[in-house]
Amino acid sequence: MLKRILSLFRNLFRKRAIEQALDDELRSTLEALIQEKIEQGLSQSEARREALMEIGGIEQVKEEVRVVRAGHFVEVVAGDIRYALRQLRRNRSFTAVAVLTLALGIGGTTAIFSVVNGILIQPLPYSHSARLVEVGLDFPGINQFNWPLSPLEYVTFREQSRTFEDIGLYYTGFGGNLYSANVTGFGRPEHVPALGVTDGVLSILEVTPLLGRSFTRADVEPGSPDTLMITYGYWRTKFGGDHSAIGTTIDIDGKPSRIIGVLPQRFRFLDMTELGILLPLKTQSLRGYNYFAVVRLKPGVTPAEANADVARMIPMELDRPVEFFKEARVTPNVQPLKQYIIGDIGKVLWVLMGGICLVLLIACANVASLLLVRVDGRQQELAIRGALGGSPGRIAGSLLLESLVLAVIGGALGLLFAYGGLRVLVALAPSDLPRLNEIAIDGLVLLFTVGVTIVAGLLFGAMPALRYAGVRAGTGLRETGRSVSASRKRHRARNALVVVQVGLALVLLVSSGLMIRTFQALTHVQPGFTAPAEVETFHVHFPPEMIKDPERLLRLDQAILDNIAAIPGVSSADFSGAVPMDAGAESDPVLVKDHMLQGQLPPARRCFWVSPSFFSTMGIPLLAGRDLTWNDILNKRPVAIVSENLAREYWQNPSDALGKQIGGSPKEWRQIVGIVGNVHDDGTSQEAPATVYWPVTDADVFLGSPAFALRSTRARTESLMNEVRRAVWSVDSDLPLYQVHTLDYYYTKSMARTSFTLVMLALAGGMALLLGIVGLYGVIAYAVSQRTHEIGIRMALGAQKRDVLKLVVNGGMALTVIGVGVGVAGALVLTRFLSSLLYGVKPTDPPTFIVVSLVLTGVALLACYIPARRATKADPIVALRYE
Amino acid sequence: MGQKRTDLLRGTLDLLVLKALSLEPLHGVGISRRIAQITKEAFQVSFGSLFPALHRMEERGWVEAEWRSSDNNRRAKYYRLTSAGRAQLKAEERQWNQLVMIMAAAVKST
Repeated sequence: MLKRILSLFRNLFRKRAIEQALDDELRSTLEALIQEKIEQGLSQSEARREALMEIGGIEQVKEEVRVVRAGHFVEVVAGDIRYALRQLRRNRSFTAVAVLTLALGIGGTTAIFSVVNGILIQPLPYSHSARLVEVGLDFPGINQFNWPLSPLEYVTFREQSRTFEDIGLYYTGFGGNLYSANVTGFGRPEHVPALGVTDGVLSILEVTPLLGRSFTRADVEPGSPDTLMITYGYWRTKFGGDHSAIGTTIDIDGKPSRIIGVLPQRFRFLDMTELGILLPLKTQSLRGYNYFAVVRLKPGVTPAEANADVARMIPMELDRPVEFFKEARVTPNVQPLKQYIIGDIGKVLWVLMGGICLVLLIACANVASLLLVRVDGRQQELAIRGALGGSPGRIAGSLLLESLVLAVIGGALGLLFAYGGLRVLVALAPSDLPRLNEIAIDGLVLLFTVGVTIVAGLLFGAMPALRYAGVRAGTGLRETGRSVSASRKRHRARNALVVVQVGLALVLLVSSGLMIRTFQALTHVQPGFTAPAEVETFHVHFPPEMIKDPERLLRLDQAILDNIAAIPGVSSADFSGAVPMDAGAESDPVLVKDHMLQGQLPPARRCFWVSPSFFSTMGIPLLAGRDLTWNDILNKRPVAIVSENLAREYWQNPSDALGKQIGGSPKEWRQIVGIVGNVHDDGTSQEAPATVYWPVTDADVFLGSPAFALRSTRARTESLMNEVRRAVWSVDSDLPLYQVHTLDYYYTKSMARTSFTLVMLALAGGMALLLGIVGLYGVIAYAVSQRTHEIGIRMALGAQKRDVLKLVVNGGMALTVIGVGVGVAGALVLTRFLSSLLYGVKPTDPPTFIVVSLVLTGVALLACYIPARRATKADPIVALRYE
Repeated sequence: MGQKRTDLLRGTLDLLVLKALSLEPLHGVGISRRIAQITKEAFQVSFGSLFPALHRMEERGWVEAEWRSSDNNRRAKYYRLTSAGRAQLKAEERQWNQLVMIMAAAVKST
């Protein structure tokens, strides 16, 4: 065996020497034979003739020897590849079109697959990540789902669970405010994105710090010294990567805290992209349902078992009112951490993956069609090869190999396309696309590309190879030269390909058409506010301990508000707990005094805490009653404003709601003083929630981290923002502005997924249309070129240009109409998968189907008309002489 | 050479070549002549079969080749049995004898 392998290498790499030796051997054999014949008394020339006859053809003997040699198969394949490359080089325009088509298809598929891979397939970047789950609570009784935990559950679950290895709480912020802290006392004062964690979190994720240590139980004990950990990125920018950062004390929101550890570079907390510092969550200071929980399950425990375990523990919590339990029906919500992070983006991604696969199919059909033309043109060459002893299998094999070589070149270029396309794609992707930073061309993606390339090569290579198998050597040779009017059979394969292409293109165009209709429907929904591009919003963050002095916070907020309202060009300004559509507003139970039902929890309503002028700034219309006033705020008068749909729900006529009493608890009733328009706070694709607007002074927490908003035609200009910053800093020079966005940003963001899907599907649809039409055009143009002779005869016999035009165009349109029919049938089945992404339009929307079919037919008509016109221009004399 | 004789030869060619080389190293023509001689002119091995067989056996290590001057001072490639080749010859002879005995018995039994 070893010998055989050695000779394989010798044969492959010392080919020339071995060929030389074989040549020498045969020549010496010939000479020996001649010598022998001469000794038998033959003349020199006779001896030579006899000797040659006895050997039986030197070249044939050589070939026989080559066949038995090791590595013969490799040589044959290498020869075929060389031959294929020569063929491809000779036919440059064909090669360029085929390679480009394939590169588009394979590149697109690779790019989308790397997104699918990075987001849906790859495990989370934590070891044994399958054992990580997110634990939340559902309150189906009050229609609230996937709530974070309160410290009560944390302690209970930590002490009582049978399925958890460990549980950790983390805190990312309250309402619309991402958790963050002011860092002072070391270099420039900064506002840094922060994450609060209990001691369990990092060990659950199995993260070892790059430097220093992780949090321990001691760091979260009451009264322990303040500590923090910093991320790698923050360590590099703030400390220049200096190891002495460990042990340094910096001020976090005014409290001196010691840096105990630096996280490794590749550390990512779930899906948070910007994170500077990690602060310990001190258990005794935790309040309310604000803390998300990450859990490492014991080995072999399934999320369903953990769910049952949590259900067992919920009744163990002692200090929660029993009625609340019964009414809210507290149930556990345990889901794999990966599922929790990626959410429902899978639907969009699989649709895109399906779409791009259709494009690849169209590309393959195009190349197959091109190859069929080439095989037709090469029938003579193939017939000669057959006649010279090439076995049909061997020749079909070499045709298939040619296709594979084409596929590999296309695949390599496609990989380059994918690399470039991926950057564009990531830039285009909506910011809520999870795991964006994990998208890359990795080993699995490469494997996928190789697989797709081979499958594509076999797919479009099979047709010409099979086609050859149908052509017997004899018939090929006989069918030389002039081919009379092309037989129908000859075009059947290509016609079928065109039908498939047109059909697939139609499916993709209908899909993107439906997305366009969805986008239209979304933009036609009135969001509830006006001219959002003119509303500039930003958050500020006062040190948390100031919350004990709400009077002072309110004074500071008012001072800032007065300053920004005084900026020239600002027509209105306010501050509130959240901005519409920023996902920051909460839902809380709201009681209605004249609609109290005994023993039943009031339904949760969307709640905003706002200052006066909130509605005029956002452009939310006041339908009845009045806005809040500073008099209400400063004197803490019990007032509230509700949305139209809430008023209608209880009192039918909105203005009848005025003067009615509502409240967050039975002890605090407030009078409704105004009714405002509905706002689609959950995005335009969702119903506008029934909403209550409380005076901002009702929730001190929002005084500490308010969202300011101002309406101005100068919004989005740098000069306005500079004036706004000066206005804020004249109140407190250490106060950074963050989350600076226009209201339009949140509005656009709420449609980001739809527009992303739309753009991607439209791209795929455009590619499909282009490739499909190029395919149709190619088939018609080729048919015309084949029929030049026939058309010449027709015209010589008196056919008018119109007749010729009709003849050619009809041929193409027949294919198109069948293709459209097939496509409509396919689309009716396939668009069902889109239905969850659609809004305001059915998957079988007739206008979309009709318009797309018409457009496709129109473009196809053009693709047929051009070659048809060329055919009519043919001079009968020239046409008859053609070939 | 008829079809039947070629088939017979294909099965026995290796054995004949090994046998031909068992006395002394020979070149291609020499092997051809020796096979004709030991089979009493019954087999004429074509060079189209002989050379592929020789090269295959060389790759298997049964024979070794070297360039030498022949009797009349021409250079020729001589093939020589290796020890593996001798072992192979023995094995093939034994198999052949078995086959002959079995076949002879079978033919006689009818």
